[in-house]
Amino acid sequence: MNKINSIRKDWSLIETLIAEDRKILDIGCGDGGLMEQLENNRNAITHGIELNRDLAANAIARGFNVVHGNAELDLSQYSNNSFDYVILSQTLQAMMKPKDILSELLRIGSKAIVSFPNFGHWKIRLQLLISGKMPVTESLPYTWYDTPNIHFFTIKDFLNLCNEMNIVIEKSIGLTSKGKQFDISESITGVNFFTHEAIFLLSYKNFEPIKIKSSKKVFAKNSVIAN
Amino acid sequence: MKTKFTTDTKLESEIAYFENINLKLESGDIIDSFKLAFKTYGKLNADKTNAILVCHALTGDQYVAGNNPITGREGWWSRMVGPNKPIDTNKFFVICSNVLGGCAGSTGPKELQNGSDVAYGGNFPSVTIKDMVKAQSLLIESLNIEKLFSVIGGSMGAMQALQWAIDFPDKILNIIHIAGALKHSAQNIAFHEVGRQAIMSDPIWKNGKYFENNEVPERGLSVARMIAHITYLSENAMHRKFGRKLQSRDIISFGFDADFQVESYLRYQGKSFVERFDANSYLYLTRAMDYFDHDETFRKNIEFSHNPNNHLKYLIVSFTSDWLFPTMESKMIVNQLNSLSREVSFLEIDTDKGHDSFLLEEPQLDDVIKGFLTNNFAKIDE
Repeated sequence: MNKINSIRKDWSLIETLIAEDRKILDIGCGDGGLMEQLENNRNAITHGIELNRDLAANAIARGFNVVHGNAELDLSQYSNNSFDYVILSQTLQAMMKPKDILSELLRIGSKAIVSFPNFGHWKIRLQLLISGKMPVTESLPYTWYDTPNIHFFTIKDFLNLCNEMNIVIEKSIGLTSKGKQFDISESITGVNFFTHEAIFLLSYKNFEPIKIKSSKKVFAKNSVIAN
Repeated sequence: MKTKFTTDTKLESEIAYFENINLKLESGDIIDSFKLAFKTYGKLNADKTNAILVCHALTGDQYVAGNNPITGREGWWSRMVGPNKPIDTNKFFVICSNVLGGCAGSTGPKELQNGSDVAYGGNFPSVTIKDMVKAQSLLIESLNIEKLFSVIGGSMGAMQALQWAIDFPDKILNIIHIAGALKHSAQNIAFHEVGRQAIMSDPIWKNGKYFENNEVPERGLSVARMIAHITYLSENAMHRKFGRKLQSRDIISFGFDADFQVESYLRYQGKSFVERFDANSYLYLTRAMDYFDHDETFRKNIEFSHNPNNHLKYLIVSFTSDWLFPTMESKMIVNQLNSLSREVSFLEIDTDKGHDSFLLEEPQLDDVIKGFLTNNFAKIDE
């Protein structure tokens, strides 16, 4: 499976998670491919952030609202709940502080969609086990010394982090290396072994406003999340 | 409002006369009548949806493309505006007017005071960017254009574009803001002040009354231009262009001639500027830039006066080597617009050409301007 196909597949699954007429922020939007798809198929209002100058220029020239910048520095400028969905596709493993990014996604968006390559896939485990070298695969095609991917994690790791952060997983889709699609939450055994790529729809569902007693003010939900 | 239009054949410009209009300026002063010199390119379509206002920078004028009869050279943005250029005059109707306070045919210090045969000189009232934009809006109105598709400008032109977004959000659809800022920084004011002091220290300036003896404070104005020109370049660009190369000689002169090419270049810039620009106008326009400040108020202005205008689109562009209006300044605008979820695009272009990059060959600037205009125009045309 080549990379473009993999991303397109990823996009079409992301599209299935998104309702009509929503406002979307695509982090790492490239030249606006996913934004275009969601505008056309979901009548979405889209905004994007792209670190790469040439890709950002392309996206702007194609008429998309794209800010050339670094998500890890620039997400703070967006207001709480200013988007319906914030999408982070195939980028979490390249972030300096993935945990901070996750909480930012759910501060800015009512829901977040996160996709990533699963480092727990059997091929990767096997490569490390047999060769004793850092794995190089189709979805993680870089050598260890020259890779944008600085945080490797598995589905299990991700689920644990969500649990720790009180993030609710509304939907989860797994893809095998053959492109077969399944629901991660329903398949109990071997998920972490066979999932090549994973896509999660996240939210802070059932979030009760937390009231903090103070002499003058009562702080609710957002001020806690914003933290 | 009835506006009289004439064509000035010497200036090769249209002139719009706004008579007895009592334009109230930000300073509180009132100009009872004024005129604006302007040029148009391309054709206004039947629905009047394709009009673009280009705002010129400090020493620019209405000659954005084609011949400039004052300099005998091509218009200042000929590479950007014209048939099949990024701002395509086959598709768009482009308007560019000389700003209020300018010296290329619009009312400014060198023009005669209303009903007299004496020029304004130092009696001209202080004008601001807001005043310039107000005057432009009257011009657009008198051309029977209800809504501009875009307002585009670099540097002082960017200030005007931003002011359009603040004052007339319902009269425009988007702005392209290049190498600008929410405010004129302390450093920028400082450089302007040195330039003004150079002019005012010239004994010929005579409190702005030099025209009475048909004289020009050439020395002061050319020094002002030389200083300003340095701020428009970057160290790298200057090094690339001139290095320490000598001018028309093999060895240094041990004197104060223009030994170095960079000196000769700056002297030439100063000299040629004097031939085309009015010293008093330079004082007034630099002051207008200094007074520009939306640092504290921009967010509130956009948030409260624009609620029905979420449609307004912004394209903000900066250049890596621009130290006069650094990227950080552009990003402050972007941050505020993003915090209000406005439709903003931003690009920092990698170049060593400094602040002047927007006037020079920068393919990525061409691409984003062309694409932004074309795609957004296609959306309203649907």
